[in-house]
Amino acid sequence: MTDKHPKKENKALEGALPEAKADPVARGLLANHGKIERNASLLLALSLGVVTIGGIVEIAPLFWLENTIEEVEGVRPYSPLELAGRNIYIREGCYVCHSQMIRPFRDEVERYGHYSLAAESIYDHPFQWGSKRTGPDLARVGGRYSNEWHVQHMIEPRDVVPESIMPSYSFLANADLVVEDPAAHLVANRRVGVPYDEAMVENAMADLTAQADPDADWSGLLERYPKAVTGDFDGDPTRLTEMDALIAYLQMLGTLVDFSTETPQQAAAVEEEEAG
Amino acid sequence: MRNQVEAILVGVGAVLALVLAGLAADEGMRVHAWVLFGVLAIATWFLLRRVDFSKAKAIPLKADVATTEPFYNDTVVRYGVIATSMWGIVGFLVGIVIALQLAFPDLNIEPWFNFGRMRPLHTSAVIFAFGGSALITTSFYIVQRTTRASLFGGSLAWFVFWGYQLFIVLAATGYLLGITQSKEYAEPEWYVDLWLTIVWVAYLVVFVGTLVKRKEPHIYVANWFFLSFIVTVAMLHVVNGLTMPVSLLGAKSYSAFSGVQDALTQWWYGHNAVGFFLTAGFLGMMYYFIPKQANRPVYSYRLSIIHFWSLIFLYIWAGPHHLHFTALPDWAQTLGMVFSIMLWMPSWGGMINGLMTLAGAWDKLRTDPILRMLAMSVAFYGMSTFEGPMLSIKSVNGLSHYTDWTIGHVHSGALGWNGMITFGALYYLTPKLWGRSRLYSLRLVNWHFWLATLGIVIYAAVMWVSGIMQGLMWREVGPDGFLAYSFVETVQAMHPYYVARAFAGVLFLAGGLIMAFNLYQTIRGRLRDEAPMGQSVVEGAATPAE
Repeated sequence: MTDKHPKKENKALEGALPEAKADPVARGLLANHGKIERNASLLLALSLGVVTIGGIVEIAPLFWLENTIEEVEGVRPYSPLELAGRNIYIREGCYVCHSQMIRPFRDEVERYGHYSLAAESIYDHPFQWGSKRTGPDLARVGGRYSNEWHVQHMIEPRDVVPESIMPSYSFLANADLVVEDPAAHLVANRRVGVPYDEAMVENAMADLTAQADPDADWSGLLERYPKAVTGDFDGDPTRLTEMDALIAYLQMLGTLVDFSTETPQQAAAVEEEEAG
Repeated sequence: MRNQVEAILVGVGAVLALVLAGLAADEGMRVHAWVLFGVLAIATWFLLRRVDFSKAKAIPLKADVATTEPFYNDTVVRYGVIATSMWGIVGFLVGIVIALQLAFPDLNIEPWFNFGRMRPLHTSAVIFAFGGSALITTSFYIVQRTTRASLFGGSLAWFVFWGYQLFIVLAATGYLLGITQSKEYAEPEWYVDLWLTIVWVAYLVVFVGTLVKRKEPHIYVANWFFLSFIVTVAMLHVVNGLTMPVSLLGAKSYSAFSGVQDALTQWWYGHNAVGFFLTAGFLGMMYYFIPKQANRPVYSYRLSIIHFWSLIFLYIWAGPHHLHFTALPDWAQTLGMVFSIMLWMPSWGGMINGLMTLAGAWDKLRTDPILRMLAMSVAFYGMSTFEGPMLSIKSVNGLSHYTDWTIGHVHSGALGWNGMITFGALYYLTPKLWGRSRLYSLRLVNWHFWLATLGIVIYAAVMWVSGIMQGLMWREVGPDGFLAYSFVETVQAMHPYYVARAFAGVLFLAGGLIMAFNLYQTIRGRLRDEAPMGQSVVEGAATPAE
């Protein structure tokens, strides 16, 4: 390489336009860039440095700016059965066709309900906002349809909505819900910041089975997970199936925040004004 | 290949996979461990038998043949060419299947082949299997030629190739089994992510090691893009993949972030999977294959510098445009929009640098369908990098988001830009790697070019219509003040477009199959007796007149 040293400057300008060669600024830029081009480590370090900036400026503040997530009443961690249902929702790739993020547009609010707040997905590891609406948004589907409707719809969507193009999920009704260690799932969530307390972890298995059992005593469960929807979901009270879990999850979606009280809307409106 | 050590290592891996199958904490991990065992057991068998898939019939070489220099490590590149072609066919085929599932829902076969599990299979097969194999293959070829050095690290390059293929198999089987993190284009679970990280670091070592031992004083511009692609993808993959496994012996994990932070981290990743995997890496291909095939120098060295640094700096900011009007704070949305619009300039800088390289050689587009394919890919790059900034404008995005318009946009980039430039690269590489004087048939390349172009144009046009229609139907309010359409009416209206889109996919796949046949014949050493391009067609050869 050393024998080529005197050629360095020319080499750096090779291929440059004649006007670039004549322009001292461009000439300097190109000659200096030659240093980067001759040093793999420098090129590596500089290109890595350049690509880190955007992420640091955009993402990092979301973790400490307090107005990122508005304060609302009612949002709580998922009950063990809801969490199991949510994991089935993820497993089946429901997010591929269904969003859970209502935008503040007239048509969306009319179709789906109050627009989504950041606080509503605060315990969502991972988030399920989605990116495509091949099917309708599900952010507030909870309580909109009966359990029976959901069961029918999962088994054969076209029985209840003839024009639907959703795949059928009849196997969920026949699959026993297997969560090998529900407490471990709560603990894993706690490690990433979900406030599951000791009582929740200790009762994880009991809560999982009680929520879909029509004969169970739900007082402990409802104290730990207010507004949890209880009772048999899949039409077969003798079994705890994946269908039970999935419908338990769907039936609570968007129901935790009470939008009849004005506070969150007002807070959001004030925020919007501030944002401009 | 001498592969005693490799056979032992892979054999031990197979045994460990078997142990894992016994210890697994959940069903997902158990099945996946069996899959891993099967793959490694078969690999061990092949290693012991010393099978080489890239060997081809030796044919007497003509004097003008550009043979591959024995100095370079090209066997791994040959494997890469075969893998890329194969994954392309697989990815396109799965795409057609899921397109048809949307038109005819009875084609869903629950549970393994439902749309929700098949769609990640399609996106990963195309982006990571086809695109990733293309990137590894071409970067290994290009970095050797432009540094005049053989690949650093000996058999480490083989580890990168096979390790990456193993990642693809684990990711793909995982989706069908329902093992997913649900982060788009980053669906594999934590242990597959870890494996990819190991492979990726090895890739970086091979690439940088080769740059360091180069015999050229300067690092060629294609390698800047490849280097930036490898480094940035490593950063994105690690950060977005941060998760908490439920058990170290289980498949399930929970994302380290939640809600709004998780969403922005994901789309910071997701958009830069486009920006660095599908753009920067493929620009590296553009900067090598277009000048080579056109036999012209790169148009502007100065533009290369400006274009490179501004592109990698700006791209990383664009992620929030995937989250317009969501619960993401407004300041982040606006920042994402502004940078996305600025990104138009470096993108077109790259397009100009690629297309203007043909200056003085435009006539070759008439006679060289490979060059035409490469030029068309850059044209599609220009088109989709104009459409992208436009879609990132909030008022446009309000209509386009959640609709098929986005899907159409992605495909004009993926099929047009990534697909076409990869096809061009494969056509360029195959005769050189196997020591053939030329491809089996240039006229088949011409067929491929037109089928693929027609397929993309139909695809994009159909998705524009269906996407804009869907967006307008959702928001239409009747004179009574109520919404004019129920959701399912908008679904019903999509049907003809979904059928047309599947047809466009069939055209694109047909082109891919023609390519696979053409490459296969080339590898076997056959030459089709045909009139050269630009002349009238010989009798019996059914090709459109030029």
